[in-house]
Amino acid sequence: MRERFFHNILRWRWLVVLLLLPLVGTLASGAKQLRFETDYRIFFSDDNPQMLAFDNLQNTYTKNDNVLFVLAPKDGKIFTSKMLRIVKDLTKASWQIPYSIRVDSVTNFQHTQAEGDDLLVADLVENPEKLTPAELEAIQAIALAEPMLINRIISPKVDVTGVNVTIQLAGKDQAKEVPEIAAFVEKMAEELRAAHPDLEVYLTGVTMMNNAFPTAAKHDMSTLVPIMFLVVIITLGLMLRSFSATFATVLVILFTVATTMGLTGWLGIPLTGPSSSAPTIILTMAVADCVHILITFLYYYRLNGGEDKAKAMMESLRVNLHPVFLTTLTTAIGFLSMNFGEVPPFRDLGNMVAMGVGIAFILSTTLLPALMMILPVHVKKEATRTGQRMEKFGEFVIQKRNILSWCMVSVVVILALFIPKNELNDEFVKYFSHNIPFRVASDFSNERLTGIYNIDYSLESGEENGVASPVFLQHVENFAQWYRSQPEVTHVNSITDTFKRLNRNMHGDDKAWYKLPEAQDLAAQYLLLYEMSLPYGLDLNNQINLDKSATRFVVTMENLSSNQVIDVASRARAWQKANLPASMQVEGSSPTVMFAHIGQRNIRSMILGTSGALVLISLIMVISLRSIKIGLISLVPNLVPMIMAFGLWGMFVGEVGLALSIVTGMTLGIVVDDSVHFLSKYLRARREKGYSSQDAVRYAFSTVGTALWVTSAVLVCGFFVLTFSDFRLNSGMGLLTAITISFALIADFLLLPPLLMKLEK
Amino acid sequence: MTRLKQIILTLPLLLLPLTAMAQTPEEKGLAIAREVDQRDNGFQDSTAKMTMTLKNRAGQESFRYIRFKTLEVEGDGDKSLSIFDKPRDIKGTAMLTFSHATKPDDQWMYLPALKRVKRISSRNKSGPFMGSEFAFEDLGSQEVEKYHYKWLRDEPCNGLDCFVVERRPAYEHSGYTRQEVWIDKEAYRVQKAVYYDRKNSLLKSQTFSGYKQYLNKFWRTTTMEMVNHQTGKSTQLLWEDYQFRVGLDSNDFNRNSLKRAR
Repeated sequence: MRERFFHNILRWRWLVVLLLLPLVGTLASGAKQLRFETDYRIFFSDDNPQMLAFDNLQNTYTKNDNVLFVLAPKDGKIFTSKMLRIVKDLTKASWQIPYSIRVDSVTNFQHTQAEGDDLLVADLVENPEKLTPAELEAIQAIALAEPMLINRIISPKVDVTGVNVTIQLAGKDQAKEVPEIAAFVEKMAEELRAAHPDLEVYLTGVTMMNNAFPTAAKHDMSTLVPIMFLVVIITLGLMLRSFSATFATVLVILFTVATTMGLTGWLGIPLTGPSSSAPTIILTMAVADCVHILITFLYYYRLNGGEDKAKAMMESLRVNLHPVFLTTLTTAIGFLSMNFGEVPPFRDLGNMVAMGVGIAFILSTTLLPALMMILPVHVKKEATRTGQRMEKFGEFVIQKRNILSWCMVSVVVILALFIPKNELNDEFVKYFSHNIPFRVASDFSNERLTGIYNIDYSLESGEENGVASPVFLQHVENFAQWYRSQPEVTHVNSITDTFKRLNRNMHGDDKAWYKLPEAQDLAAQYLLLYEMSLPYGLDLNNQINLDKSATRFVVTMENLSSNQVIDVASRARAWQKANLPASMQVEGSSPTVMFAHIGQRNIRSMILGTSGALVLISLIMVISLRSIKIGLISLVPNLVPMIMAFGLWGMFVGEVGLALSIVTGMTLGIVVDDSVHFLSKYLRARREKGYSSQDAVRYAFSTVGTALWVTSAVLVCGFFVLTFSDFRLNSGMGLLTAITISFALIADFLLLPPLLMKLEK
Repeated sequence: MTRLKQIILTLPLLLLPLTAMAQTPEEKGLAIAREVDQRDNGFQDSTAKMTMTLKNRAGQESFRYIRFKTLEVEGDGDKSLSIFDKPRDIKGTAMLTFSHATKPDDQWMYLPALKRVKRISSRNKSGPFMGSEFAFEDLGSQEVEKYHYKWLRDEPCNGLDCFVVERRPAYEHSGYTRQEVWIDKEAYRVQKAVYYDRKNSLLKSQTFSGYKQYLNKFWRTTTMEMVNHQTGKSTQLLWEDYQFRVGLDSNDFNRNSLKRAR
């Protein structure tokens, strides 16, 4: 039955090609529907508690998506007529940014001062050109003394300033809105740079981060995929030494990638940073199937002296169909295990690659044989050198089996000791390489002006209009004081600063009155007065909720690791428990907090997925190899590579993020491929040919050794190409996977055979 | 307004049917605005109570209670006194506004807790009134000179025939590039207004309902609703207890009266 099927494929080769082409074309046309996701929130599942908390906070106050212009004049002086004019013009122009609802800068800061019984509320800078040096100095002094500005809008050294634009998306089509904003502000920045060559201009903020995701993904796709194709062509050309075979393989993987991306489009899966690595991974995985089939085919074709192509192909399919199907199945299971994870983009990646390997299996057992029948194949006699080398290598392993197994075990144990050195860390700024402007801008801003990492609190007074209560305000003030004394904190935005300033204004700007109002009605009336004096867009909606029962409290921090963020937040929580009433004890929430927890949440959920995959894959091994013993032995070369890789990672890198927490599941599916191929050949020799375990190892090395090392080389190259990704999640994942696959080959060549020989006497 | 000015201003309206063909959209818009203004002339003074309901995106609500006293001023914007009754901690706070067509309004506020009157000097016309979706410039008296007008089209609204007139602020520091207002032809009442922000994106829309006529002349709405399309917040104003010609004069609208206002 199976034989008949493949006979027909080889016989009706033209028909197979002609039928597959329109099918592939139709499926691939779905690629037109592919869209890039432009929201960091895609990293969080709908029920993520940190995201729900943050949504709640954003619904209560204003949303805080933002674009931050960071301006650094080369002469390091902000308070000059020229520079203030630039800031004032930029502030005005920023109201024109699509979806902007608020602009904050040093020039439009609503400065309040007393003049007799008048309360003057005005822009801090009105006419930059008319300012005398003394006035400029006075303005600088006001700005430096203002907690709302320092470390947020101006640097303490007064050499860098920012214009912060609050963005409220219409929410109709974020995939269009975010790039529209980004293009607009990038043009503004470009014009600023052109008009003022002595001014450095950077763009950061949540909206710019959202835009960096598709930018990085598109950049990856346009650079990494072609590199990968080149790598594949070169490797295949060298290994197969057949133009036709290489050409057919390239065609198969091209069709595989096109079909998968098309299906992705039809299914409406959005492209994100992580899922943009799917084409590269699929490409790599598809090569493996083709290589196994082609190497055996070429071997038999040479064996029969180039006489009968069809016979050689039938033999190759007979030998390989079973292991290739198995490896496809295990790889798919490995990638599908990502669905247990917390992070939707990685679920998408898993599903895309699982689809891809399925398609690769179908095409490499239909299109590939048909193509090989059509294309001319020349055989060269001398090409069996690697085969001989493999046999020699197998001999070496058989001879030195004892010492090898001891060496391997000790290496594994030593590396395993370093696994605990891995620390979880997800800093979203560091998700991007220095090739992405957002990363450069955010680093600059963090170093010179203000951080992008923050924690937001909504502090509840417990009663309507309670924000004016002196007791409540004192608690808020104490909390602000505590936070300001923490070394990681660069800025605290607290409503109490506004109350203190107003109290001083109401008492003729007497510094002694720079303190919280003592009575609730007084504070409430100050607030009303102030509220009534603010112009368009600069209201208090972003700081006080609707019924004035709660206030938003924002802590900005320098670039911190996830553990440091969690540490600061839990210290704050402990302080709250000791010092604040129960109603004011709340968890902070923000994108920073969301990302800080995602690694841990993901690992917790991935443990289930990975163990499930491991059990399932082992079960498949046991059933397909029809041996419980061999199935159990296969656990060793399947798990050891991961232990070694994470140990090595702990030794040299020590930082594990979101991407690396999913590596276990997916690499498991890949590394078992090697042991499947090796063990199936080993068992064939034992069962069909009645070989001893030593001879069976020798046979396995000579038949599948070359294919294993070729496919591993291609896989390692493929995942290594990902390390060039501008998206750090992908580059880390690529590197760790490449390491794991290398170790898998080592384990299959140096550890598995000695183990088999020892246990199967 | 002086009688003479009134007559001069009304003259073109009398000629309106004759010159309709020759009018530019701008002239037509201005003529409509003058008619609206003219029809509200002569109310002298009025008082009213207002309940303000603020709503956010999450559906939470908050209430404010305010009383208004208004004095018609000829040749300038009206004078008004707002007295805040609730929330409790601002009870007795009062605000006096001398509105002006194109220059910033004069404003004073009395803070009972401080027992002082404070003059507010700001360009807050564009700012929100008590944290609501209404800006001062939406609530203040609508002098003809405040805007440049342009008639856009006629279309039905609220079951009536309406003019749609575009108006662009003639004063500095507005929060808007333009507004579109729907004015019914029957009694020249504003039925609806749509506001476009500084980048000319749709910002808010305001609806007026429950118009009642007082003294056989002056139409006042009972409900105004303002919806902010960008933030999803909204504010409803419920007006009641309108009284006209209660005998207020300029002595009721100065710094001293502010302290006495209850």
